[in-house]
Amino acid sequence: MAKIIIHNEKVKAHDVLVNLCPFNAIEFMDSKITINSGCKMCKLCVKQAPDVFEFFEEEVRRVNKSEWKGIAVYIDHVEGDIHPVSFELIGKARTLAEKINHPVHAVLIGENVMQAAEEIVKYGVDEVFVYDETELKNFRVEPYAACFENYIESVKPSIVLVGGTTIGRSLAPRLAARFRTGLTADCTVLDVQENTDLDQIRPAFGGNIMAHIHTPNHRPQFATVRYKIFDAPEMIDKPFGKITRYTVSKDLLKSKIEVLEVHDKAKSESIEEAEVIVVVGSAFKKKEDLSMAFKLAALLDAKVASTRPLIEKGWMDAKLQIGLSGRTVRPKLIITCGVSGSVQFVAGMKGSDQIMAINIDREASIFKTAHYAIVGDIYEVLPKLIERIENERL
Amino acid sequence: MNFEVKASSEEGYMEILVCIKQVPGTTQVEIDEETGVLRRDGVASKMNPYDLYALESAMVLKEKYGATVHVLTMGPPQAEHIIKEAYMMGADHGAILSDRKFAGADVWATAYTLSQGVKRFCKPDLIICGKMTTDGDTAQVGPEMAEFLGIPHIANVSKIVDVTRSNMTVEMDMPQTVEVAKVEFPCLITVEKGIFQPRLPSYKLKKSTAQLNVQYYAFRDLEDQDEMKYGLNGSPTQVKRIFPPVGNDAHEIWEGDSDTLTNQMFNALMRLKFI
Repeated sequence: MAKIIIHNEKVKAHDVLVNLCPFNAIEFMDSKITINSGCKMCKLCVKQAPDVFEFFEEEVRRVNKSEWKGIAVYIDHVEGDIHPVSFELIGKARTLAEKINHPVHAVLIGENVMQAAEEIVKYGVDEVFVYDETELKNFRVEPYAACFENYIESVKPSIVLVGGTTIGRSLAPRLAARFRTGLTADCTVLDVQENTDLDQIRPAFGGNIMAHIHTPNHRPQFATVRYKIFDAPEMIDKPFGKITRYTVSKDLLKSKIEVLEVHDKAKSESIEEAEVIVVVGSAFKKKEDLSMAFKLAALLDAKVASTRPLIEKGWMDAKLQIGLSGRTVRPKLIITCGVSGSVQFVAGMKGSDQIMAINIDREASIFKTAHYAIVGDIYEVLPKLIERIENERL
Repeated sequence: MNFEVKASSEEGYMEILVCIKQVPGTTQVEIDEETGVLRRDGVASKMNPYDLYALESAMVLKEKYGATVHVLTMGPPQAEHIIKEAYMMGADHGAILSDRKFAGADVWATAYTLSQGVKRFCKPDLIICGKMTTDGDTAQVGPEMAEFLGIPHIANVSKIVDVTRSNMTVEMDMPQTVEVAKVEFPCLITVEKGIFQPRLPSYKLKKSTAQLNVQYYAFRDLEDQDEMKYGLNGSPTQVKRIFPPVGNDAHEIWEGDSDTLTNQMFNALMRLKFI
């Protein structure tokens, strides 16, 4: 049992206390401070007003952590084609496993996936647990969860890492619910304590706050991680991992879902997934001039996006608009060309890792957000920059 | 969407439940580095924007086939606002799970409480959730609920292809592919932003639903009376601390002729490994 005890007798300024809570969970009613169900147990109130709010915890359940051994990675794949996030997770699992001296497991569920298992071993896992059945041809949540459950029951891993893909985000919650354990989504930092507790750091509120989360009393500890958060490991020279086939009863392979068809997605023009973006703004005088931006984008392997005015002119597709009424992007690099930087636009891109802004006006508001403010004319800078990069490549 | 009407709207209305959540009106929260306090500018709460797509999907199905649309949320009594908003979009019944015992719930406890609430509230053929919320950003509560209810689910649904009396066919958005899958009722889906364009609340409905009740459920109303499964007690995960993200605080202004500027840009792009 854990709760926050309120010492109402010590309340001096109730309005100040009510405002302490970012989730509006502290209320003042009938001359008493109470906490409603909006409480996230972030304990900010305990930190800020420790005389009034007291965190009270009584340990009830204790899991025997030494019974749970191993770090498992779910191998995300479509028909044997492994999603690279799985390799990144193997890399992370190896680092964590070294610290606590646990083995690294890969869990591979599908049809005709033995070849994929061979590939996984090359990344240095200790054992690949393979469930290979016709019924597992396509991802369907019930049979996949049943196989994963079988692995967890048989092996009792301490930590399970799952890619934050469509499949991972379907599978991990089912299992976490089933094993009555914690699941932390979209972790950006993972580390492990000596007692095998997983330290998980993840963004919340659209990345505006970071939360450090742990699962102190339940096993296994589930975490999902998105693609490109961790680095993929090098392949090892002498793979040593075992490949073992496991089976579950046919009954468990039944599903109420029937996959009728899998087709390739039209090549994504989506700017949200781009790592590098070149943005065109009102400084472009003619539609043809946009070719400069496309040329630069091609050299940087970037996507071209737009501000709203160019879309209203019909020069760019509405799907390429960044801003409050368009898309929100957080690429590794964004280069804005002749963009003044309205509040609405900035709201859609200020989370970018590196922001370079080219604008002729030194007072342009985009420069407040930019990490690199380039005060210059796009009609001079862009052609020269393109030439310079092209020369470099020769 | 080009599915024909196969479900009879006369007998056995489809029962749809939409799960919604009240979230802070903005995600632009900042943390005071010294005190660790979240700075908010007195922003109001609103319905989680992703839930609007879930509600709209329910409304489209209701119009095509005839359905009763229930909405359910967990939160403080103020969350009644979003139930009222759902009424203005065409929802028929709404309920709030509200109790101090639900406070501090993580994904597990939230999903468990909601699943208990569903059992008390209605018998849905279809549960629709938004893809994620804007405050928690986990996208995991829907699938955990489906597990607790023992029903199949399909996440990241980008299109509803067909609906019959006993099942629905949807498109699931995968990283590289699209899977077309048929799923039997009862089931749960989480829908992508953009599956339909959400309608605006209607003034007419606002008037006509003004007197419509919102059902309240507390811990004592739920079937499972084990307090250790709700709120903080029921939450396997704990927040150790929250802190501001480390930002890139470089701020350089480069001026000069275009050759100088080009050089500086080129060098920066090299240094940052983009060239």
